[in-house]
Amino acid sequence: MAGELASPTPALRGSARRTAALRLLRRRLIQAVPLMLGVVVINFCLIQMAPGSFLELMTAENQVSDPATVELLRKTYGLEDPVWMQLLKYIWALLHFDFGFSYRQNMPVIQAIWIHLPATILLMVSSITLAVTIGVAAGVVASMKVRTFWDSLVSIAAMFFYAAPSFWLGIMMIVLFSVKLGWLPVGGMMKIGGSGGVLDILHHLILPTLALGLFYAAIYTRVMRSSMLEVAQLDFVRTARAKGLSRNQVTIHHVLRNALLPVVTILGVQMGTVLAGSVVIESVFSWPGVGSLLFDSVSSRNYPVVLGIMVLGSLVVIAANIAVDLVYMWLDPRIEIR
Amino acid sequence: MQRFEFLGRFARNRGALVGACLILVVALMAVFASVFFPTDPLRIVGLPELWPGEDPEFPLGTDSLGRDILSMIVHGARATLLIGLFASAVATIIGVGVGAVAGYFGGWVDEVAMRAAELFQTIPNLIFVLTIVVILGSTLTNIVIAIGIVSWTPIARMTRAEFLSLRDREFVQACRSMGMSDFRIIVSEILPNALPPVIVLSSLVVAGAILFESAVSFLGLGDPNVASWGRLVGDGRQLIRSSWYICAIPGIAIMITVLCLNLVGDGLNDALNPKLRDR
Repeated sequence: MAGELASPTPALRGSARRTAALRLLRRRLIQAVPLMLGVVVINFCLIQMAPGSFLELMTAENQVSDPATVELLRKTYGLEDPVWMQLLKYIWALLHFDFGFSYRQNMPVIQAIWIHLPATILLMVSSITLAVTIGVAAGVVASMKVRTFWDSLVSIAAMFFYAAPSFWLGIMMIVLFSVKLGWLPVGGMMKIGGSGGVLDILHHLILPTLALGLFYAAIYTRVMRSSMLEVAQLDFVRTARAKGLSRNQVTIHHVLRNALLPVVTILGVQMGTVLAGSVVIESVFSWPGVGSLLFDSVSSRNYPVVLGIMVLGSLVVIAANIAVDLVYMWLDPRIEIR
Repeated sequence: MQRFEFLGRFARNRGALVGACLILVVALMAVFASVFFPTDPLRIVGLPELWPGEDPEFPLGTDSLGRDILSMIVHGARATLLIGLFASAVATIIGVGVGAVAGYFGGWVDEVAMRAAELFQTIPNLIFVLTIVVILGSTLTNIVIAIGIVSWTPIARMTRAEFLSLRDREFVQACRSMGMSDFRIIVSEILPNALPPVIVLSSLVVAGAILFESAVSFLGLGDPNVASWGRLVGDGRQLIRSSWYICAIPGIAIMITVLCLNLVGDGLNDALNPKLRDR
């Protein structure tokens, strides 16, 4: 995980920093291989525990009863092999970006996910941006006005959004902003029959972003506030003040930068949670993303797609964690990450 | 003496005290649900879609079928709290077990355990829960186990850190030189000392588990025989244009419960670490 203080080495500069970053990147990529393998094995085994093969469901759904056809399908999907053989074949196929075939969408799994991916990425990015912006700003305000009305207001708001279920918050915002006030659309990603102009999509994006993002904004606010207060007591801050810098200058240039580190850490840890949270939010707002696809696949027991989403989702999380480690290194050059 | 000090510190935290009282109310509601409302909460008892206050017989109104919302909330408290508690217990047992072994033995055992923790943090948690529940069946037990499986990692990390700092202390060395077995040292010597911060974390995991369960039930994948609060929100979703209170009320119940659990967790944390109190 990010940010284990190895030793207080002196700050690295220039090319030394670049090689350090490359070394970190290499080490992280090597560590990612067994991790990914674990993800695949665990989920593959989980899906093997399902009662009845998905072939039975598929043939029932499509009303195939001819034994010869069933046998052919059984062969095509490799269901005759022992489980470990199927697993090895699946891993081998994954290495070639082959996630299997989704009979429901009648297209390769990777293609089905690919179609739904942009909507989810858009929702995730906008929610995280909102959460970090609000969280950092509110945390800074609360810490600068500590123990005042503003501090209490921020803390109470953060507590409420931290406890409210996101799907419920979404529904309540639909009631207020869509049903009662009529300002924002109830759901979907664009107007029905619309061509999907940027403004139209943004208009549809506001409520899902708030519903998903405010929970994380609450977390970042709390972390940022306590982190700001902690850093503000360190010696170098007193030194900066003693040099004659103003309080605001010190806060922005010295305290803020260092106080951001814990926020960056949990941002990386929570990437998987944000992705998972978008499943629920997409269901509330009929957002046409991976979450909708997952929900549909889970309900219809379309396991190749479920497995594919898990594997790709974990890959996204690992990539995000590596990115976070690099950002961490850039923010705090003293830290040599293991 | 020390225990009183601890209670005093906890009670001085007003938020935590209010939280603890409200949790007590919810718990009493759960325990005595059948005393207050002896009939099946899912039975139709009145006109459909009565707004709260419209009929004094149903203070919180009725839902689309004419079921008493107050009765469903009180009975739902039982399901919601039990799932939260048991899921947190599962997470704590796995987390303490893994963390204790990893921290005590170190070396490759530690390495394997921490990689496993990382693995479970990588898989998107709610997606994993939904898949487990769908594959193994939507029963209460499966939901509890599924939530426990995705929630143990922070507890394992915390337990491991505590064990790392305690395993080479004098009292442990004394036990070792007396020839005490590793198992006994872990369970009866180190664990009691490592437990307080773990308990705080477990109380926060209860809050998280309640949110997980409500999301699962909201999506319609919960146990069909249990009317938890999440499911009530999901049931009311179709009617938000005419009767949004059907959605709003169970959601408020979830929010208040989770909020109070968080307050209690924070309060316990402050009381256990008085030095950090003024952050």
